[in-house]
This record gives sequence, structure tokens and C-alpha cells, in this order.
Amino acid sequence: MQIKLLLKLAALLISLIILPVKAEDSVPSEQRVAAFAGAEYWQVIRQGENGTTQSSTAEAGNLINVQGDYWRYWRNQWITPAGAFAVGGTLGLLAIFYLIVGQKKLDAPRSGNTIQRWSRLDRANHWTVAILFIILGISGLSLLYGKFVLKSVMGDGLWASYMLACKLAHNYLGPLFVLGLLLMILRWMKHNVFNRTDLTWFIKGGGIIGNAHPSAGYMNGGEKIWFWLLTLFGIAVCVSGLILDFPNFDQVRNTMQWANLVHAAGSLILIAASLGHIYIGTLGTEGALEGMTTGQVDETWAKQHHDLWYQEVKAREAKDTV
Amino acid sequence: MANMKFLCDSKRCIECNGCVTACKNENEVEWGVNRRRVVTVNDGLPDETSISVACMHCSDAPCMAVCPTDCFYKTDDGIVLHNKDACIGCGYCLFACPFGAPQFPSKSSFGERGKMDKCTFCAGGPEEDHSPEEKAKYGANRIAEGKLPMCAEMCSTKALLAGDADKVSDIFRERVIYRGHADGAWASNGSAEELAYDAAQPKA
Ligand code: SF4
Ligand code: SF4
Repeated sequence: MQIKLLLKLAALLISLIILPVKAEDSVPSEQRVAAFAGAEYWQVIRQGENGTTQSSTAEAGNLINVQGDYWRYWRNQWITPAGAFAVGGTLGLLAIFYLIVGQKKLDAPRSGNTIQRWSRLDRANHWTVAILFIILGISGLSLLYGKFVLKSVMGDGLWASYMLACKLAHNYLGPLFVLGLLLMILRWMKHNVFNRTDLTWFIKGGGIIGNAHPSAGYMNGGEKIWFWLLTLFGIAVCVSGLILDFPNFDQVRNTMQWANLVHAAGSLILIAASLGHIYIGTLGTEGALEGMTTGQVDETWAKQHHDLWYQEVKAREAKDTV
Repeated sequence: MANMKFLCDSKRCIECNGCVTACKNENEVEWGVNRRRVVTVNDGLPDETSISVACMHCSDAPCMAVCPTDCFYKTDDGIVLHNKDACIGCGYCLFACPFGAPQFPSKSSFGERGKMDKCTFCAGGPEEDHSPEEKAKYGANRIAEGKLPMCAEMCSTKALLAGDADKVSDIFRERVIYRGHADGAWASNGSAEELAYDAAQPKA
């Protein structure tokens, strides 16, 4: 009995001594550890695998931000140069156009009679959005291109304050622009539905060159295009801008990268198009700007550029006086 | 002139977070800012692997390439630093950074980001070395004293290595050969300068 127990104990002791040696197999620990975290491990890490971490910062568990490089590529290699070409190119074309064709003059002398085109509310809405657009445009362009041009001109101190001002203006005026633009879109949409008249207007190239005067109602085809560009890209720019403006909703980097690309591309298209709008509304067409400043346009101008609308107004006046 | 790099040996990192603590303490970074963190993949499984990560002081640094205020600069030692006075907290560096290194303290109104903070390789900032301004904005400047970053100095298993790329890669290559890669698993296109270790290579 006792011998049996002793033997058992001895066997246990021997196995306790032998087993660990067997398990170690005389391979140093570092070489055994080297077996895991091999090729597949690094592949998933490179693809943006998430792990656990004690850090409480957003997305801290993500080791490699894979999309970051795509974002950098699209922003720096495509949007930055393409936007410069679009905006610079439009500016250049308009300058050449002005030099060659010049201002579109009134065909006949001013009649002296004016008609109401834009109400006070319309004008207030337009100029609010316009001024905000210009501030946001300049600050936005500075954020994208400033470092190539302004930084060396301004010097470190001024550059830092200027960029901070750009960012603050952009962040705080942005939401006001959203409100103004939405109001404008809602109020003016009814004027901007495309119809047959616009088709002929487009076929005749809007009468931009030469003396052709394609018919147009309250808004011509070109103005309608500008309206719908502003609606489409404007809403995209507003939505993406709000995503970027309020990082307190814990949106992830990927969302903000997309928002940034949409925001930059959309606003560069709008900035380029706005140059055309500004040119036509000021330098390019005699008698156009006063409609948006005073609200009144000369009858000669109305007849020449918006004949169908002119007739409508006249018909309404005639009916009212009867 | 050196080309400073970090390297975390994932076979040695034991997720003790000593580097994180050392960094916080040495640089006295704000609450909510983690210049360094340890990420563990396959936590609790037999192949659990941890890596300590912070700014890797990229050679072709994405943060530098996208910053609208162009406030980053590279020191002669290849360390990527930035000027907080010019930073506007736009967050672009974080969008572009491969390692989630840029941090943003103090969420002010509407979540507006404060000035970016990140690992400086314990090399301070553009202010005068060891000035109170430098200390307050960027933390320690050990490089100016001829010392290496605190995180790597404190690493208990010497998993986290910091220093000139040549030296760091020599140490690591030795370990890799010891573990069974006769050729050190060096990537065929890599130069010692850039630390191109190709973990996907089979053992020799
Ligand atoms: S912040 Fe990110 S992108 Fe910039 S050097 Fe450090 S690791 Fe590279
Ligand atoms: S947050 Fe600061 S450092 Fe980062 S990209 Fe913006 S301005 Fe540059």
C-alpha cells in the first residue's frame, strides 16, 4: 500500500521534471514567438485592421488609416490642379472674350421707363448669399492654394493670422450661407423650370455673339443653368461642409475625407461658374446689374434680353388698367 | 546628421503601456491627447500581437503634404515637427496620416478642433530649445540634450526602438536573423535608410 503510493509520487515527481523540458524542446523563446504574427498578420494590418487599445481617441484602435493616402492623392494630385485650371481658365477665357467681343450693349437707347424685376427681399437674399459666397470662396481658395502663393508673400506672423481668420470665417459663415442658399433655391425654383423657349435659346447660343436675340421669359436658359448648378453643387457643398464643420458628431475620418473631396470639387466648379455669372451680370451686359441693385430694369433692356417676360408684364399692366 | 525612426518589434511588445505613460509624463500632454498608443490585435487569442504606435516621422510625410497652412517642417534629423502658432486645427493632417498620430485637444464650441498635437520624437518645436514656451506647447526636447525619446528609453522589453534608421535596423536585423530568417527578411527593394523589413517573406 505504502510502496504503491510512494511509487505513484515518484512517478508524478519525475513527470513534473521531465514534461516542461519536453515542452520547451530546447527552442529559445524568441524563436517560438517568431512563429506568430506572420505574413497574414501584416497583410490585415496594412488593410486597416482594428485592434484594442487603451487610448480613448476616436479610431485609436485602427493601426493604418488606409484611405488617408487615397484622400491625399485625390486632393493633391487631382482636385488641386484641376481646380486651378478650372478657375484660372474661366478667368482667362472671360478676359479674352471681353477683349474680343466686349460688352453687350443695349440695342436701342434707354427708354427711361423702368419695370420692377427683383423685389427688395429677392435682392436682400441675393446679396447676402453673394457676399457670403465671395468670403467663403476667398477663404476656401486660401485654404487650398494659399500656401503656394500667399505664405511667402505674407511672412509667418501675418500668414498665421490670415489663415486663422480664413478658417473662422469659413466655419462660422458657412452655416449662414446654407440658410441663405436654401431660401434662394426655394423662392426662385418656380422661375427656373426649363421649357421649349430655353431649347431655342440654347440652339442660338443665347445670342452671346452677334446680334441674334433668342426669346426668353423671366429667366433665360443660361440663368436657369446657373440656378440648377447652384442647386445641385450648392446642396452637395452645403451638406459636405456641415459634415466637416461639426466634428463633434464623431464622424470617422473616412466620412470627412469624402466630404472634403465633394466639398472642394463642388465649390471649385461653383467658383468657376460664378465668375461667368459675375461677368455677365456686371461688365458683360449693359444694364443688367441695376436689376439686382435697384430692382428696376430699363424697358429697352427687358425687351432685348427677356422679351417674353416684357410682354407678360405689359399684358398684365394693360389688364390692370382696364 | 541622422535619419530618426521608431520601430516597434511586435514580437517583443507586451502591451504594458509603459511607453504611453513615459510619453505622457515626459511631455505633460493635455488630457485627451495620446501622442502614443498601444494597439493589440487578436486580443486574448494565442496569436495576440501588440504594437506601440505614434507619429512615425514619415519620409514623404502625408501630413506635411496636405496641411493648408504648411506649418510642418522636417529637422536635419528627419524628425517631422510642426508650428502650433500657424496650425488652424483643420484636421487635414489627421485625415491623411497613416497612423492616426495627430491629436486634437479641447473640443471648443461646435466641436471645433484645437491646435494639433503629436509626437515630436521628444524634439520640442520651433521655439528656442528648452524655453518655457517650447515646453508648454510641445513638451520635452531630449534630442537637444543628445537623448533619445523617452518612450523607447523606458520600454521594458526593448520592443520600441528609436534612433538613427541605420542603428535601429541593425538591431532589428540581428533579432530577425536570430529568430530564423537567414537573410534578415530584408525587402529586396529596401535600403537600410528606410527600414524596409518585409514580414511577408518566408523564412530562409
Ligand atoms: S503625423 Fe502621421 S503623416 Fe505626419 S509624419 Fe507623423 S506619422 Fe507621418
Ligand atoms: S490641423 Fe494644423 S497641422 Fe494639421 S493640417 Fe490643419 S493646420 Fe496643418
